[in-house]
Amino acid sequence: MTAYIIRRILVAVPTLVVLILLCFFLMQVAPGGPFTSERPLPPQVLANIEARYGLDQPLWKQMWDYLVGIVTRFDFGPSFAYRDRDVNDIIAHGFPITLTYGLISFVVATLAGMGIGVAAAIRHNTWLDYIAVGATFSAQALPNFVMAPILVIVFTWQLGWLPGGGWNGGQWQYLVMPVIALSTSYVASITRIMRSSMLETLNSSFIRTARAKGLPEHKVVWRHAMKPAMLPVVSYLGPTFVAMITGSVVIDVYFSTGGIGRAYVDSALNRDYAVMLGVTILYGGLTVLFNLLVDVAYAWLDPKIRY
Amino acid sequence: MSVIEVTNFSVSFDTQDGAVEAVKDVSFRIDRGECLGIVGESGAGKSQTFLAAMGLLASNGRTSGSIRFGGRELLDLTPREANRVRGAELAMIFQDPLTALTPHLTVGQQMGEVLSTHRRVKGAEAERICLDWLERVHIAEAKRRLRQYPHELSGGMRQRVMIAMAMLCSPRLLIADEPTTALDTTVQAEILDLMARLQAEEDTAIALITHDMGVVARMCDRVEVMRLGAFVESRNVEDIFHAPQHDYTKMLLDSMPRLDRAKPPASPKTLSEDEILRVRDLKVNFPIKLDRGLFGRTVDLPALDGVSFDLAPGETLGIVGESGCGKSTLARAILRLLPATHGSVTWLGKELTMLEGKALTKERRNLQIVFQDPLASLNPRMTIATSIAEPLRTFQPALTSRERKIEVAKMMERVGLDQRMINRYPHELSGGQNQRVGIARAMINRPKLVICDEAVSALDVSIQSQIIELLKRLQADMGLSMLFISHDLSVVRDISHRIMVLYLGQIVELAGCDALYSAPEHPYTRMLISAAPIPDPRVERTRDRIRVPGELSSPLDPEATLRFLPSRRGQPDYRPKLQEVRQGHWVAEHDPLETILAARASPGMPHSTVD
Repeated sequence: MTAYIIRRILVAVPTLVVLILLCFFLMQVAPGGPFTSERPLPPQVLANIEARYGLDQPLWKQMWDYLVGIVTRFDFGPSFAYRDRDVNDIIAHGFPITLTYGLISFVVATLAGMGIGVAAAIRHNTWLDYIAVGATFSAQALPNFVMAPILVIVFTWQLGWLPGGGWNGGQWQYLVMPVIALSTSYVASITRIMRSSMLETLNSSFIRTARAKGLPEHKVVWRHAMKPAMLPVVSYLGPTFVAMITGSVVIDVYFSTGGIGRAYVDSALNRDYAVMLGVTILYGGLTVLFNLLVDVAYAWLDPKIRY
Repeated sequence: MSVIEVTNFSVSFDTQDGAVEAVKDVSFRIDRGECLGIVGESGAGKSQTFLAAMGLLASNGRTSGSIRFGGRELLDLTPREANRVRGAELAMIFQDPLTALTPHLTVGQQMGEVLSTHRRVKGAEAERICLDWLERVHIAEAKRRLRQYPHELSGGMRQRVMIAMAMLCSPRLLIADEPTTALDTTVQAEILDLMARLQAEEDTAIALITHDMGVVARMCDRVEVMRLGAFVESRNVEDIFHAPQHDYTKMLLDSMPRLDRAKPPASPKTLSEDEILRVRDLKVNFPIKLDRGLFGRTVDLPALDGVSFDLAPGETLGIVGESGCGKSTLARAILRLLPATHGSVTWLGKELTMLEGKALTKERRNLQIVFQDPLASLNPRMTIATSIAEPLRTFQPALTSRERKIEVAKMMERVGLDQRMINRYPHELSGGQNQRVGIARAMINRPKLVICDEAVSALDVSIQSQIIELLKRLQADMGLSMLFISHDLSVVRDISHRIMVLYLGQIVELAGCDALYSAPEHPYTRMLISAAPIPDPRVERTRDRIRVPGELSSPLDPEATLRFLPSRRGQPDYRPKLQEVRQGHWVAEHDPLETILAARASPGMPHSTVD
């Protein structure tokens, strides 16, 4: 197992390098640059700015310096849009915020989704099952950019219970709506996966054996069915976690939470290559990490899997 | 005194097409220490009565009548009451021991929870009881097995675990639902012996649900023959076999292939000397990844280890062996569906292993295969007529669609498929009909060689015998050669001129059909023949059985190839040589049976069982 994890990390390194190279060149291909604007700068000024950021160097040299900076100093370079801030500052400010509500939403979505899914499967074809299926259908049709304004209308305008936006150090009142908006559609997806997977597991031959042994139903479900039924859910959770953090763009914009999503969008609009690259690499690294965690979880759920 | 008494019992299932009656008004009883056989073909409703008794019927099932067990009415029990009975007084084992055990719990955990649920015994005391039972079902290294997961055990061992688990609380009735159907012949023999011994020792009643008349003949005291949900004949075992009354029973007995009775093979005429297929020293290795060190390591698993033989025009060569012996690998390597690691396959003087691209495709017209699972081997999105016509499109593109239709119609008629079925899809047909489609597809270009890879194994016995008759007729008409692969010695006997026995990728015996059955030379062949049950209780219960202890060896074990040559132990690279003991009768080098048994029994000799 340890050998497998080391192997996976070794494989992740070239993956990330390829990701960096691809992003770097894709941004070069896009027409224009960070300092092109509607009113062109005088050529001398432009040349000075470009020299300051090293943009006058040949492409391979820029690339090389960028990689060396990351590897040796963990330095993702200066921001092109904000004069005194570098990429590390921007990520260090926004990422903890995103991570806080992202993680809470992730936990909420996982627990709620799995709980409702299992309950619906056990009470298959009863009113509880029908309600769960109906609700997940509607919830899946509600993306967070629709959910967010509805929440604001109800809880801020109508009822006046919750602040309509801001972060305020992460006080719970400021967290409720972002978490609900972000997690709802994932609760629905996880419920559906959990329900169908649990139904399938409960129909399998070893569950029949467990029942034939005279085990009480709760033992049949928790001890025998739960782990195998969780396999498809777990493989869905890895990409979900990353998607919850990247999907937070909408949350940041709607609730002005100040997370990394906002910075990501702004960097794209400002052609702030350095910030964009930095955040992309962060997402890429998280994706690799969570896929690894999923594989480790797999080995725990199913002893047949040996790496 | 009867253990279970079933009266006027019926089961029906509510489906979208209305209620379907699965069991119709059956009544029977099983006495203490008695073994009742429930025989019938698939879909006859054999299992449903017992699933209902266990409270395991599908949720859309409705029951009527009564099942009395130990003074209680089983159909009236609440789930809580039912849980006290099942697993303790009433136990059940199932067909496929791999899927019947929970994959993520160890053997010890799964056995232990039976004791903690029914006997409130836990910890060391529970482990002692489990160990005791694992030893009683003859599992080697029982202590280590308790910590292992089901996938780490072989099929036979898993079924022993299932039996041990079912017997933990000494039930009064053991329901065995096709307990040996998924197992190899030699393993089946051992499991049946084990069940018979436990039945005697514990005075347990057994309900044995099976499709196999041979198993019935070996095990049962009384037999209920079941067809379409109803019992058609209820007799004691002798009468069923020697004086069957009902036509269905007679038909079942007639279609059972028998080891001890030969049917004439397809074309009894003397075969020509020249061969159309010549296989020399064919080897296939599969790379297996081992988890050792940082980057793992691959080793070569020899699936086929130097097989040589010739095939004459119009000849059928039967290939038998247990799972993992390389039967299917041989078939696929000959047809170039798998790359051979070494050796040559000469087809009509041409070296097949050297052909590539178009030249190979051209030869495929004459080299066809029929697979085991008829449903899975047909494209589900093609009508059967399209599937049958496909080889025509490939190899005779000049045909017009009208001519193709005529060809397909002719072929369908020859394999006994109704013309009205041309637009049906595979899932709309039965297993036997689908296999006829597979045969029609293989035969439509009049190939010179057809390989049947377990082509009848998934079918009911009555269908099985029909398909074999069909194959024989087609062979006689077309003069084709066949390789007939099966794990079942009695089926192979009905169709083959010569038979090859494979063990771990090597030939251990190759002989004419009659010679192999009347005078088998190699201990493995003798073991296989003696393990296959014969559907006749008088013969079956008086036969001597040859047992070489230990289960089928792993091909990764270097000593395993020398299982029948213990005198060469310590020379793992030594390959037993084939010797011609009589004209046309080849046998691999082996020690006398006594030496092999003595070597097995002696302590300190490594047991080469699958872990």
